[in-house]
Amino acid sequence: MIAHSIFFYTFSIIAIVSAIMVTASKNTVHSVFFLILDFISISCLFIMIGAEFLGMIMLIVYVGAVAVLFLFVVMMLNVAQQKNQWFSSEESSKHIPVGLIISTLIFVELIIVIGGWKYKPDLFDINNSIEINNVSNTHSLGQVLYTDYIHIFQISGMILLVAMIGAIVLTFRKRVGVKTQSYIKQISRERSDGVSVLKVESNKGVKIDD
Amino acid sequence: MTEIGLGHYLTLGAIIFSIGIIGIFLNRKNIIVILMSIELILLAVNINLVSFSIFLGDLTGQVFTLFILTVAAAEAAIGLAIIVVYYRNSGTIRVEHIDELKG
Repeated sequence: MIAHSIFFYTFSIIAIVSAIMVTASKNTVHSVFFLILDFISISCLFIMIGAEFLGMIMLIVYVGAVAVLFLFVVMMLNVAQQKNQWFSSEESSKHIPVGLIISTLIFVELIIVIGGWKYKPDLFDINNSIEINNVSNTHSLGQVLYTDYIHIFQISGMILLVAMIGAIVLTFRKRVGVKTQSYIKQISRERSDGVSVLKVESNKGVKIDD
Repeated sequence: MTEIGLGHYLTLGAIIFSIGIIGIFLNRKNIIVILMSIELILLAVNINLVSFSIFLGDLTGQVFTLFILTVAAAEAAIGLAIIVVYYRNSGTIRVEHIDELKG
């Protein structure tokens, strides 16, 4: 139990500090790196409390795909050189107290809601019957995911497809002056456009391009 | 203090959620950091769902976390595509310079 709490505090302190650094660091590339650190520590927490599949999936999806996508965009847009301070311009400074007040209010509200859970200890005993022995987390998730939630699963696949098409369509740019294949022209070519059968008389050639 | 319960995980989620909100409000640099703050907020929601799912012994929270991951990945892709298109059109993604809608 001691080891559990030590690991919990280590990973959560790393996660909180790196979350602060995501918002506070001046260089955008550093923000992306701290975001990666945050995702890694949170996925370690997930693995620690028994949700191994989600921890691994978070590593793959976030660190492997989303964070690399962020890094690509940061490099392409050349924003790494725009090292601007937090409180650079004057007109922006009026957002800061409002933002601080709103976020502290939300934090206090969330803490109040969490504190309410202490006084409902009987709620924890509602349904502990799903604790299946000898079945791993991934196995039980797969059993639920492909039976009860199969429609939502397929819809999420459609969401990914639509997002992929949308991203491609948004960033697609027609270039002028570039020689490309014309598929329509290639496919719609008839036989008579290219080949013609001629009767060749002897001792006389065939006149081409007349 | 040494016994790690549900409250600890929920507090961690609340702290990360609030840091994400602060990041959205106080950001003066560029929109990419705002997108990263949104990712932080989704991460906090995932922490809440997974910890409730583990401590209450119900797998539904983890299934929904999986779908939230899917939607977050789609959202990041679309948002970054929009940012790339905006940068191509206007040459900047500074937050204070993006005021064409006068909102």
